[in-house]
Amino acid sequence: MLKSNQTNQHPTLTGAEILWATLAGEGVTTVFGYPGGAILPIYDALRNFPSIHHVLVRHEQGASHMADGYARASGRPGVCMATSGPGATNLVTGLATAMLDSIPLIAITGQVSSKVLGSDAFQEVDITGITLPVTKHNFLVMRAEDIAPTLREAFQIATSGRPGPVLVDITKDAQQATTAFSFAAARPRPHRPHPMLKAESSSIRDAVELIQQSKKPVILAGHGIVESGAEAEVLAFAEAHQIPIASTLLGLGAIPAAHPLSLGMMGMHGESWVNNAIQQADLLLAFGMRFDDRVTGNLTRYAPNAKKIHVDIDPSEINKNVHADVALIGDLKEVLQLLLPLLNSHPERSEVSDARTQPQPSEWLRTIDASKGTAAVRDIINLPDNGHLYAAHVINDIWHEAAAAGRLEQTIIVTDVGQHQMWEAQYFKHEAPRSLITSGGLGTMGFALPAAIGAKAACPEKDVWVIAGDGGFQMTAAELSTIVQEDMAINIAVINNGFLGMVRQWQETFYDKNYSASPILSPDFVKLAAAHGIAGANVSKRPEVTPTVTKARTSNKPFLINFQVEKEDGVYPMIAPGAALHEMVRRPHRDPLLPNPEDE
Amino acid sequence: MLHTFVALVQDKPGALTRVASLFRRLNINIVSLTVGESERPDTSRMTIVADAPENAAHRIRASLYKLETTIDVDEVNRADAVVRELCLIKVAAGPNEPHGVRSRSQIFEFAQVFRARVVDLAPESVMLEMTGSASKIEGLLQVLRESDYVILEVSRTGRMAMRRGHHTSRVLKALGTHRLSPSDFPTLDPDALPEDETLPSQFDESEA
Ligand SMILES: Cc1ncc(C[n+]2csc(CCOP(=O)(O)OP(=O)(O)O)c2C)c(N)n1
Repeated sequence: MLKSNQTNQHPTLTGAEILWATLAGEGVTTVFGYPGGAILPIYDALRNFPSIHHVLVRHEQGASHMADGYARASGRPGVCMATSGPGATNLVTGLATAMLDSIPLIAITGQVSSKVLGSDAFQEVDITGITLPVTKHNFLVMRAEDIAPTLREAFQIATSGRPGPVLVDITKDAQQATTAFSFAAARPRPHRPHPMLKAESSSIRDAVELIQQSKKPVILAGHGIVESGAEAEVLAFAEAHQIPIASTLLGLGAIPAAHPLSLGMMGMHGESWVNNAIQQADLLLAFGMRFDDRVTGNLTRYAPNAKKIHVDIDPSEINKNVHADVALIGDLKEVLQLLLPLLNSHPERSEVSDARTQPQPSEWLRTIDASKGTAAVRDIINLPDNGHLYAAHVINDIWHEAAAAGRLEQTIIVTDVGQHQMWEAQYFKHEAPRSLITSGGLGTMGFALPAAIGAKAACPEKDVWVIAGDGGFQMTAAELSTIVQEDMAINIAVINNGFLGMVRQWQETFYDKNYSASPILSPDFVKLAAAHGIAGANVSKRPEVTPTVTKARTSNKPFLINFQVEKEDGVYPMIAPGAALHEMVRRPHRDPLLPNPEDE
Repeated sequence: MLHTFVALVQDKPGALTRVASLFRRLNINIVSLTVGESERPDTSRMTIVADAPENAAHRIRASLYKLETTIDVDEVNRADAVVRELCLIKVAAGPNEPHGVRSRSQIFEFAQVFRARVVDLAPESVMLEMTGSASKIEGLLQVLRESDYVILEVSRTGRMAMRRGHHTSRVLKALGTHRLSPSDFPTLDPDALPEDETLPSQFDESEA
């Protein structure tokens, strides 16, 4: 394969070989893709690169979600590839999903030959034009010698600053041409420097002052904590100053759920005490989160008494939705490392630090704790026993099962989008970063199964569970076949309520129970699994849940459980669109024999 | 309100699309956009005038800087920048016009007052070229119209802006980037930075 060039020491390779050699040089070991005409030279060259494993998907959308799941599980960029035209357009949903959740992802697409570019050639599509708004950046490469530098720059862009997806479109003639290759020489120019604050800068001083004056602070923990690797710094900061932590959906797991300062999830389906704490706070410390409308509720009445300190690496997030009294633009880990010593040196704060050995919950923490009461468990306890299974029970039991087996930190849950996603966030307690993989920003149904394949490829030693609704699971169920071809022991829990549940709940609440196009017929999922050679079981009774979950987890093979659950169940609490964060619709009281917990 | 941004961007295919697409995505109307070569090789300088709420300026600027093809962005206002626009005006001036052939001398007079130049004389028309602020150009157009001249064609370049004084931008400093050596950005001279009250606080981060 490697012919030595006479004029210099660098070997002469085809563009296709350069692509693989560059990927290998960047540390890529797994690629998710689907071949086709315009990318065939690349597929032809794959056999020369045994260090890279190619996972054949069943639909290119699956490839993009797999690369995404791989990145979320491992923290390393995921790589997917597709042919030109329809192959490339099938990646778009996955790119948008990764874009909105800031996931480092490299998408490689074949393109028609540069000589016919712009002529509506067979399977030609302007994929760099199409993906402009859903990628962090994209490139069209038309010369073999540009492949390595462009790819290396793509990796740098995808992983630096606020991460995101980068697409590299490579014409067929560039794949076929030959040129000298040197991985080192293709090193990208240093990226534009990322913002660095200094301890003396005035915004750091302002932040220190606000933190020291605050009586009721709350940390808003976002995905940026995980992206920055700042889990330890956030915890140290919260512990040193006894500040409770509310999490966004993508922030779950960044802080162990069992930690005494961890409140749980905020927002539209967040717990009441979390949202109430935010509304009553006098200081919000937003760490790597972007005040999405799903977490703020009505903006004009959001945390009215709180000053806001917003730490984010992306300056365009500052003041976008919520005005920041102090903006700290930079890498969260670096910012917290700056802040921590400044705060500790303050005399009042050093008393608090002493209290770490003997924690003395502040009045603020006691207030929040009192408002919690038994709300955390009673939603689950109080579900009436009408012989039906509840999704909340199923998810809670999956959590208990993993915890009882000591596998909690070794378990990755990958959810789809809908009611089950919110129940997962409420009833599965995540103790480790990257243990929940879910599409937050775009809310992409069909994400779970392919993303789980990516997660399992990245972390084969972990237990990977798909939790999906009967609707979303059908969107990408073809990837069951990929699981089998790849021999991956992935467990699948279909939460089957016969409805597009989240849509049905909105129709119940806001559209007068007009269930327009939300009842959904499904195949027999267990038989569908069997057709793929995957074992499975139907579960419709509570006592069957845990034993079946154990069976799935210990089978060391893929296993699908179809949980037949209560059809018209709702996710609560819930904040209606336009309502403020504290104006929650609580779980309807359903059992007349029990006292209404909401009356307490 | 109108905001004027000056962006230094890589001169690569699609660079203009990226900027235009950004404004479309932010749902902000571009009033004018000029682009051309700059003092640096392979680098263009753009002046973008956008109509957006007052508080949107920071986000536009930060979003522009986020584009990988952007090297630097500055927001300027009239006080700290020279803003110019080039305009070509074709005025009907044939024998059958209301003012007759005598009209030409009056057009020349207007041109002189407004420091416009006559760049073409045709049997039926006169073409003027004028450089200046947008309001001066509008002044000339208004005078011509009010004097009953028929304006046949107007072509305007849109505004170009350049900050007065030594440096061109402070966005890198404003973003807190001080790992750069001055030689990386020879135009970046922190000492020459004027106080600018209109900048949002997070860009106001002084290097203390
Ligand atoms: C690709 C896509 N299409 C449509 C939607 C809108 N949507 C959000 S939740 C939902 C219902 C999901 O139903 P199901 O998968 O059965 O899960 P459940 O809510 O019942 O748990 C729909 C249709 C979406 N989020 N993604």
